[in-house]
Amino acid sequence: MINNNGGLFLIFSIFAIVLGVCGFYCIMVTRNFIRSLIGLEILTKAVTLLIIAAGYASNRIALAQSMVITLIVIEAVVISVAAGIVFGIFKQIGSLNITKLRNLKG
Amino acid sequence: MILTLILLVLLILAAVWAVMTRSLMLSAIALALTSVILSIIIFTLDSPLAAVFELSVCAGLITVVFISTMSLTKPITRTELKKQTKNRIKRYWYLPVLLVLTGLGCWLSFAKPELKFLAPAAENDVRNVMWKIRQTDILGQIVIILTGVFGVVVLFKERSKND
Repeated sequence: MINNNGGLFLIFSIFAIVLGVCGFYCIMVTRNFIRSLIGLEILTKAVTLLIIAAGYASNRIALAQSMVITLIVIEAVVISVAAGIVFGIFKQIGSLNITKLRNLKG
Repeated sequence: MILTLILLVLLILAAVWAVMTRSLMLSAIALALTSVILSIIIFTLDSPLAAVFELSVCAGLITVVFISTMSLTKPITRTELKKQTKNRIKRYWYLPVLLVLTGLGCWLSFAKPELKFLAPAAENDVRNVMWKIRQTDILGQIVIILTGVFGVVVLFKERSKND
């Protein structure tokens, strides 16, 4: 059984790649810890979009939904722990500027 | 199809707004808006359960985490903000150009071959897939949530005076 959702998947994949580039640019260019987390979040959104589009195109939407739910749980935990790390770094160096993080002491 | 395209363009615009805006608070709100638009797109692709998860966790919980982190940390002063604003425009104006170039490049290189996917008669009830076929994922999710809880507890623990 063959379906013709390939064209739809291509459009979604192009937008997912553009979204991923946006997230990468944010992580590379920013000097703020919280904004780099926002870039990470945009990257995971690109992956979510790609997984759902692939599941829809290949007629395995239930599997894609299951994987997306797992991805969202992992994403929430990663962001929470990273926010805790950012808060710890702020307590150490008193700033959210990445360029001021010059030492690796405790 | 046109609605989906409009939603996808709005998704990219919201993400660009989240990256380029000056205020961190507006950035977090733009990220929540991105999540809302993404959940609408997921809903139009016949995945209501994942859409509800995306809406509640990403647009709700993660925005709350970001905003509470911002309120716990110190906002930058006005002079620092002015100094940063000058540099910001230099650093960020490449982004829309880069995105348009990436999109055009992908469109020109990808759009020619028409992909066709083999679609076997797959299990299409998400409850069956999640609870019967992919049970290991559930176990992994439990372990990750416990790890996150322990991580947050350790990170937010006040140090004793002897440290």
